[in-house]
Amino acid sequence: MTDKTTENANLIAGATGDWEIVIGLEVHAQVSSDAKLFSGAATTFGAEPNTQVSLVDAAMPGMLPVINWKCVEQAVRTGLGLKAQINRYSVFDRKNYFYPDLPQGYQISQYLQPIVGEGEIEIDLEGGDVKTIGIERLHLEQDAGKSLHDQHPDLSFVDLNRSGVALMEIVSRPDMRSAAEAQAYVKKLRAILRYLGTCDGNMEQGSLRADVNVSVRKPGGDLGTRCEIKNVNSIRFIGQAIEHEARRQVDIIEDGGEIDQETRLFDPKRGETRSMRSKEEAHDYRYFPDPDLLPLTFSAEFVEDIARALPELPDDKKNRFMQDYSLSAYDAGVLVSEAENADFFEQAAKGRDAKATANMVIGSVFAGLNKAGLSISESPVKAEQIGQLVDLMSDQTISSRIAKDVFDLMFDDGPDQGRDPADIVEEKGLKQVTDTGAIEAAVDEVIAANPDKVEQAKAKPKMAGWFVGQVMQATDGKANPQAVNQLVLAKLGIEDQ
Amino acid sequence: MVRRIAGLARIQVDDDKLPALAKELSAILGFVEQLSEVDTENVKPYTSPVEMQIKARADAVTDGGYPEDILANAPEKDDGYFAVPKVVE
Repeated sequence: MTDKTTENANLIAGATGDWEIVIGLEVHAQVSSDAKLFSGAATTFGAEPNTQVSLVDAAMPGMLPVINWKCVEQAVRTGLGLKAQINRYSVFDRKNYFYPDLPQGYQISQYLQPIVGEGEIEIDLEGGDVKTIGIERLHLEQDAGKSLHDQHPDLSFVDLNRSGVALMEIVSRPDMRSAAEAQAYVKKLRAILRYLGTCDGNMEQGSLRADVNVSVRKPGGDLGTRCEIKNVNSIRFIGQAIEHEARRQVDIIEDGGEIDQETRLFDPKRGETRSMRSKEEAHDYRYFPDPDLLPLTFSAEFVEDIARALPELPDDKKNRFMQDYSLSAYDAGVLVSEAENADFFEQAAKGRDAKATANMVIGSVFAGLNKAGLSISESPVKAEQIGQLVDLMSDQTISSRIAKDVFDLMFDDGPDQGRDPADIVEEKGLKQVTDTGAIEAAVDEVIAANPDKVEQAKAKPKMAGWFVGQVMQATDGKANPQAVNQLVLAKLGIEDQ
Repeated sequence: MVRRIAGLARIQVDDDKLPALAKELSAILGFVEQLSEVDTENVKPYTSPVEMQIKARADAVTDGGYPEDILANAPEKDDGYFAVPKVVE
């Protein structure tokens, strides 16, 4: 893929010609840890208000922050997963602003010297193309509390449970050129974080949220003024917000206006962005090093130990699946999207026809789980049983059509749910009929009963398919379809194509 | 300038106090400005009077679970929440 072709495909049309969208993302990922970044309070989602708040998180006078070392490990682990530079010396700064859910009056963050520097992510685009997106930095910071504005006519309610929870802010380069690329970036970043176990990636609960920077320009021209769309919390909304915002900017410029650099909010109900803060109130954060915290330093061995324990990441796993199991890029991509899904497939495929197993896992298991709203660990059919089912197909005991029926019995609510496929096949007499004599009798019967169709088929060989269908029906789908096909063609006197 | 700094710090300042405050702040800035005369070319930023590593804690839940203490000084509370004048962006 050359850069030129994709960028052309991504242009949006305006009255004065084509425009190019330029997108950069700041993703806030909640660090997976039991306790907060600088206190011993819990981080569990959904607790009663203000029950997971220490005196540090409530910013009581004289309280001092002490860093949770697990959060440092998680940041380094994530940095390594992003093939990024790890800074063994970094500094915590105070970012000052007033808001009721920020009791300290400042957020402890990292400004000029973050823990992780430049890295990169490979994103998967439609048609199997791959594009590299630069990572500018990753830093550790505190989350704020949560404000509820809709509980009371004149008051806002504040819950500090989230106050002080560790976040990783991951900043990309403005390397994306379409909503689809931005969505692919978030999907890949989320997969990497989940593989690493450094963030659960749960967007509904706010563990992963994105600030989207969007500007437009004439292709190859200077960068335009950007707007930042805050806190978009689903991959679908990220796409919608970008499409709407780019169109809005093009319309303003083409009407002779100028883009104000501002923070905007995406309204999912209306599918549009709107201004959040006026320029006059533009924030001046007055960053300075936090005097309560020494610089964050660690040894090279600490980094090496984490590097040695890194799991296989999605890209590597995908390549291995394509190589070892001869799977297509698409199938491999679907299987590795979640580590648990990939494990399920590998267990099922062990020592078997990998392609047939992949088809069964993607086409039946994932589709069934999706429909039932279950996760892979809740699957009524175990990986080993999928393997057994594939074996029954491979050794011709059952046809692929019967296999689908057997799978449904094993998966759906009912007396056969969770049973081994061989038992079901045996008990229900679903074994494929390969006995030529029996199939021949069935074929003869159908031919004898339909003399008119026989004449039609002789003139129009495609009609043979109708006979095959009839025979399959007469044998409850148990006849070997290839054998039936051959016999039908022979009996009708049609040349095998 | 003084008005802006006061705004950022959420300090209410009457207009007639502004000239005097501006003079005071300028004097303070001038005093601190003297530091720029020192050559700090090869000096690392000063972070601590003693050579030591940042202190760390283990990832264990050891605190929290006392919402009534957290809310004890709140001027207004409702159903376990701090209740503050409505803020909507």
